[in-house]
Amino acid sequence: MIHSLFLINSAGDIFLEKHWKSVISRSVCDYFFEAQEKASTPENVPPVISTPHHYLINIYRDKIFFVSVIQTEVPPLFVIEFLHRVAEMFQDYFGECSEASIKDNVVIVYELLEEMLDNGFPLATESNILKELIKPPTVLRSVVNTITGSTNVGETLPTGQLSTVPWRRTGVKYTNNEAYFDVVEEIDAIIDKSGTTVIAEIQGVIDACVKLSGMPDLTLSFVNPRLMDDLSFHPCVRFKRWEAERVLSFIPPDGNFRLVSYHVNAQNLVAIPVYVKQNISFFESGFSGRLDITVEPKQTMGKTVEGVVVTVHMPKVVLSANLTPTQGTYNYDPVTKVLAWDIGKLNQQKPPNLKGSLSLQSGAPKPEENPSLNIDLKIQQLAISGLKVNRLDMFGEKYKPFKGVKYLTKAGKFQVRT
Amino acid sequence: MSSSSAFNDDKGGSSSIGEPEYGHDPASGGIFSSDYKRHDDLKEMLDSNKDSLKLEAMKRIVAMIARGKNASDLFPAVVKNVACKNIEVKKLVYVYLVRYAEEQQDLALLSISTFQRGLKDPNQLIRASALRVLSSIRVTIIVPIMMLAIREAASDMSPYVRKTAAHAIPKLYSLDPDQKDQLIEVIEKLLADKTTLVAGSVVMAFEEVCPERIDLIHKNYRKLCNLLIDVEEWGQVVIINMLTRYARTQFLNPNANESLLEEGTEKAFYGSDEDEGKEEKVEAAALVAKRKPYVMDPDHRLLLRNTKPLLQSRNAAVVMAVAQLYFHLAPKAEVGVIAKALVRLMRSHSEVQYVVLQNVATMSIKRRGMFEPYLKSFYIRSTDPTQIKVLKLEVLTNLANETNISTILREFQTYIKSMDKDFVAATIQAIGRCATSIGEVRDTCLNGLVQLLSNRDELVVAESVVVIKKLLQMQPERHSDIIKHMAKLTDNIQVPMARASILWLIGEYCEHIPKIAPDVLRKMAKSFTNEEDIVKLQVLNLAAKLYLTNSKQTKLLTQYVLNLAKYDQNYDIRDRARFIRQLIVPTDKSGALSKYAKKLFLALKPAPVLESPFKDRDHFQLGSLSHLLNAKAGGYQELPDWPEVAPDPSVRNVELQEVISTSRGRIGSLGGWPEVPEWTKCSSREKRKEKKVEKPFYSDSEGESGPTESADSDSDTGSGTGSGSEESGSESGSEESEGESESDKEEEEEKHKRKSKSRAKKSTQESEGSEPSSEDERKKPPKGKGPKAASDSESEEEEEEEESSSESSESESEGESESDTDTRMKQKTCASKPPPRQPKKETEMSLLDLDDFEPTPSPQVTPVNNFVSSSLVTDLEGLSLSDSALSPAAVSPASGPVKSYELLHRITGEGLSVSYCFSRQPFSHDPHMVSVQMQFTNNGDTEARNLRIQEPKLQSGMRIAEFPEIDVLPPGETVTMVMGIDFSDSTQAANFQLCTHTRKFFLTIQPPVGELMMPVFMTENEFKKEQGQLTGMNEITEKLTLGETCQGDAAIVQRVTSTASLSRVPCGSEMKCRFAGKTVTSGSLVLVTIVTREQLVAQLTVNCEKMLIGTMLVKDILQALSQ
Repeated sequence: MIHSLFLINSAGDIFLEKHWKSVISRSVCDYFFEAQEKASTPENVPPVISTPHHYLINIYRDKIFFVSVIQTEVPPLFVIEFLHRVAEMFQDYFGECSEASIKDNVVIVYELLEEMLDNGFPLATESNILKELIKPPTVLRSVVNTITGSTNVGETLPTGQLSTVPWRRTGVKYTNNEAYFDVVEEIDAIIDKSGTTVIAEIQGVIDACVKLSGMPDLTLSFVNPRLMDDLSFHPCVRFKRWEAERVLSFIPPDGNFRLVSYHVNAQNLVAIPVYVKQNISFFESGFSGRLDITVEPKQTMGKTVEGVVVTVHMPKVVLSANLTPTQGTYNYDPVTKVLAWDIGKLNQQKPPNLKGSLSLQSGAPKPEENPSLNIDLKIQQLAISGLKVNRLDMFGEKYKPFKGVKYLTKAGKFQVRT
Repeated sequence: MSSSSAFNDDKGGSSSIGEPEYGHDPASGGIFSSDYKRHDDLKEMLDSNKDSLKLEAMKRIVAMIARGKNASDLFPAVVKNVACKNIEVKKLVYVYLVRYAEEQQDLALLSISTFQRGLKDPNQLIRASALRVLSSIRVTIIVPIMMLAIREAASDMSPYVRKTAAHAIPKLYSLDPDQKDQLIEVIEKLLADKTTLVAGSVVMAFEEVCPERIDLIHKNYRKLCNLLIDVEEWGQVVIINMLTRYARTQFLNPNANESLLEEGTEKAFYGSDEDEGKEEKVEAAALVAKRKPYVMDPDHRLLLRNTKPLLQSRNAAVVMAVAQLYFHLAPKAEVGVIAKALVRLMRSHSEVQYVVLQNVATMSIKRRGMFEPYLKSFYIRSTDPTQIKVLKLEVLTNLANETNISTILREFQTYIKSMDKDFVAATIQAIGRCATSIGEVRDTCLNGLVQLLSNRDELVVAESVVVIKKLLQMQPERHSDIIKHMAKLTDNIQVPMARASILWLIGEYCEHIPKIAPDVLRKMAKSFTNEEDIVKLQVLNLAAKLYLTNSKQTKLLTQYVLNLAKYDQNYDIRDRARFIRQLIVPTDKSGALSKYAKKLFLALKPAPVLESPFKDRDHFQLGSLSHLLNAKAGGYQELPDWPEVAPDPSVRNVELQEVISTSRGRIGSLGGWPEVPEWTKCSSREKRKEKKVEKPFYSDSEGESGPTESADSDSDTGSGTGSGSEESGSESGSEESEGESESDKEEEEEKHKRKSKSRAKKSTQESEGSEPSSEDERKKPPKGKGPKAASDSESEEEEEEEESSSESSESESEGESESDTDTRMKQKTCASKPPPRQPKKETEMSLLDLDDFEPTPSPQVTPVNNFVSSSLVTDLEGLSLSDSALSPAAVSPASGPVKSYELLHRITGEGLSVSYCFSRQPFSHDPHMVSVQMQFTNNGDTEARNLRIQEPKLQSGMRIAEFPEIDVLPPGETVTMVMGIDFSDSTQAANFQLCTHTRKFFLTIQPPVGELMMPVFMTENEFKKEQGQLTGMNEITEKLTLGETCQGDAAIVQRVTSTASLSRVPCGSEMKCRFAGKTVTSGSLVLVTIVTREQLVAQLTVNCEKMLIGTMLVKDILQALSQ
């Protein structure tokens, strides 16, 4: 299946290569560079590139291209999904998935890749298992290693692969037993010029951080589980129990993991937390334009809207912006043509406003289209769909765990057309 | 570098400090010497006897490998350390070996003995890793050793080692294809393995080594299906893809009949000559009748059922694999389930989106309805990458139809203003395609495109011109002004393709613009030398056409242009000029051809078809690389066509004896390794139960596909019908309750019931006699078949046994139920008017209905309910609903008088009157549809012919299943038909046309909210539990005063059940009435509680997830009760 992997940074340097079968010359990446050149942005590089002898399947993540070389038929999603899993594993191990962190930990990276694929076929992709085979680097351990001369490879052989629960290792021990769940919902919306909602939907995930000793068997129930429609589960969740009783029953992996992601039933109306009044216009004469944006809180369920940022991708002819915000700060980058207005908390009484003029390149025709606004926001302690966790029960272990649930609403792809 | 400093460098846990030195080595010649020196350094470290030094050296070497630097000259120094005690050093040495062994084969052989020793290690992980490395070093000379090692590992007691063996198979195969036969033996052995750990890897090996040996799968098919859910995700993908191919060779096409029928109706629908269309339809129907009724193989069903939960996987590849399996294998009615999951994937990474959209684009051509409800999910955001935008456009265009085109066009309008010009161009093409496929909006689109011609962006204009050209070609005569407008554009547009398009249009339709055309030619002649090649060719074309139609004005111009072209640099143009001159300019030498010049140039050209580039891509297996590239990738396994006749299904039967012996053997050799992990065991019990719960759904949705039930329910059918219909009713009811309540007590009761029933069943079966003799061989000796099949919920046996035994009973039970239905039919015919039809056909049809019908939730066990007794009658009639005509009065007198609505008055209908009622029977072809019973009466004096439904205009999400066409309705006669409408849980009206052979009537059916649901049986406790979950916004409470005539329980129950299709929940209290139902389309629960306070005061509570339905229902019930 996957023959080789090349990691390429945004400057076009191949900074890591790994071959699972015979060695393929890195010149194969020239086809990739060719495609990259054609594409205007990194996101526009086609994920699958066909070359005379190979197929290149690549993903772009955290400013790194993961380019895999394939020789025969394989489901493309299989490879794409795997590459994302690799990137996630790097993130998990090194705290970030960046060129620097990969270069710093190149040996661990190599060991990881060796374990994750055998002959191009995925072998161990569960973080719990891998961490048992290869210890993640920590400051403490590296100090200890230096003193004792021991290494970051586990001395004892892992049992995880062979346990009955493939995603959890045995013998987990904590002094503080805790289980935290974050219910994070994102609103994806397109609002049209007149302020009516073209499409709005809510995506949610429940991320868990479970640090419990032994083999706990958890059951998470909801006050209103029917809100969740079309879920996808971590393999640990017992599908049948969900189908029958609408509770999430699972033996959790150790540490952080995404328990479920869900989509809120499309028939429920989506509360749009902010209302954006905007007026952007360009004038032919004088090569200037006006911009006036006001953001008002709307259906916020009594919570404060925080972290509001309005981003506008201006047309190329906009040279500079001279604006005054009543709240927050703004910044216009004349190179990328991105106007970002960082508002912060929304004030109920005095809605923040950004107003002023834009100067356009002289001689160029005025842009026909107004740029759309991308809104970013956060609401703490609220799941906008109204989803509520009812209770968490634990079976199989005797101790009493500390439990916590946090709710958060964010803007996903929230776009206002102008 | 001294050893101590190297030691200190280790602070970062890796060679982070030492690394930059290598990192910035320019690839210049001078480096070689220093490299060499440094390598000496490393060699020294490797030779030392300190593990930490060795480790440091190995880390640096691995870092070199990772950067693609050559470290091959260190081979001798490294290979010595292969036997090192330190695990990490060893591991890194392995990494090195795998990378360089191929280049240094002789030296690599030195390490082999270490691995051979490792293969015998008592620790399974060491055995596995030794095999892994041994098989990874690509040295041909060790092939025999590898073969031996794989063989041994394949029968290792550790499943992990067996998995590694499976991985090693394709490695060896790629090294030496001659080993194929021996490897196949190993694969065959490993395929029989029962652990989930091995399953994925061995199927992968199978796919790489011998994908053509489909016969190896037979015996393992059912096991693979059953293990699938517990296999790790990557293995799932491989297994599902393989099983898709397998199923294509072994089962029959579930849509064969439908596609035939569909073709027929489609022709009738579009055909200009209706009679002809009808004939064809009859033909098709005859063809269908000739074919044997389709019965889905239980194994086919097993596959579909076991893959469905995987749509919920977090892994996009698994979801896609299931989606393609359903697309290629499932009956049409069931494919819809994948749409939601695929739409979900679109929220993933952009690469995932890209692949999913490609597949959705292909699917949406074949099965447009599937994605229509998700139309808005394909709307485009300005932040999407262009390639995603273009794919979304493609999908939107494919989904466009008469009902949604206005919304789609409005969306397109916003897209046209985008800054991303490639995307705008694609949008314009999409508009063009919508215009060609949907006639109603052609003019609107054309006008919109013409407006774009004055756009400032040249690319936009050019693209519009090209698209307009194609559209005009379809009806040129009506649009001469557009052509004129475009002629003017030649002055401004510079894009060659657009210029060429305009010139072609002018030439083609020069007679519509006789004044302008010559002038355009004049201008073009002037600029001829500066034009692009394609423009020049079109100038020549224009000249030729004008010369033929209007030679007086253009003769000289043409000559001039031809002369210019004669000396052009491009030989194509020179050739064309020569060719045209010979054809059109009459000379004495020019032969017979010039006579035909007009015909050659001015022939009518067929309008171009604007097609999706994704059309017909589905001949590649969806989700595959080949599909994505639209070209066959190496190693692609063609998806075979369905077989005409299904191969022998018995090949999948696993002989019981063998299974027992092998499994016993393995348990022994495993040394107590648990065969089924604890947690899967409990889930598998659940699974079994689940099967029961799911059954009604499946059998319902099968619709036309016939008695395609899976093995276990088949035996149920047999048993139910065997012991009388009364019992079958109660059984299906109790199953329902079992599924819904998980309490152990009930389960216990269930067991008792089942046991007693199975006894009864056994006797009936024995009395029925005629068991096939082969049955006995397969049967497990000590257990009789009857009790076993019935008691499968408690038996802890292997799935296969169960499967095989109940499967084999299928044919028999089918026969039983057939004969049984006969008797039922007799019962029924006593009560109903129409005479029984040909028995053969009848039984087939009703057999289908029986299956559909039996498990539907009906309030049969409700002890105190007043329509219990009558429900049996209703049920019996339900059998024949789909194909025979029953008067509505006879159908359901049980649930109170059925209200009949007028659809077409006899005056407006010119003698034809139509009324309809909601019969509250489950619509047999699709459980999500409300069945509407229509009664046609011909009050006129001429016979009405060809009554049928056409052009339903439906809100999105709604569907109609039309009734079969009524050929003739003689005067004075009345005919009843049933059709199904999926109102998608809204009270929006369904609009459609009723056509006779002469007229069309526009009709509307608007359902009362109470008809959008169907009864659900519940116990009081369940009711309370469900109600507890539907509080807050989902609960509506109203006070009311009961009407004078509406006192007492009975009256209330009667009123409520006649208002809404609900069933009463048995309860102890006198003062409370509870009713439960669920909406037909989405299955949301509807719970109604009425509490009588005093004499006439009551409180009504409705709990429903769908607030709208709840509110409307409250209104209706209030009205009914207060009258």
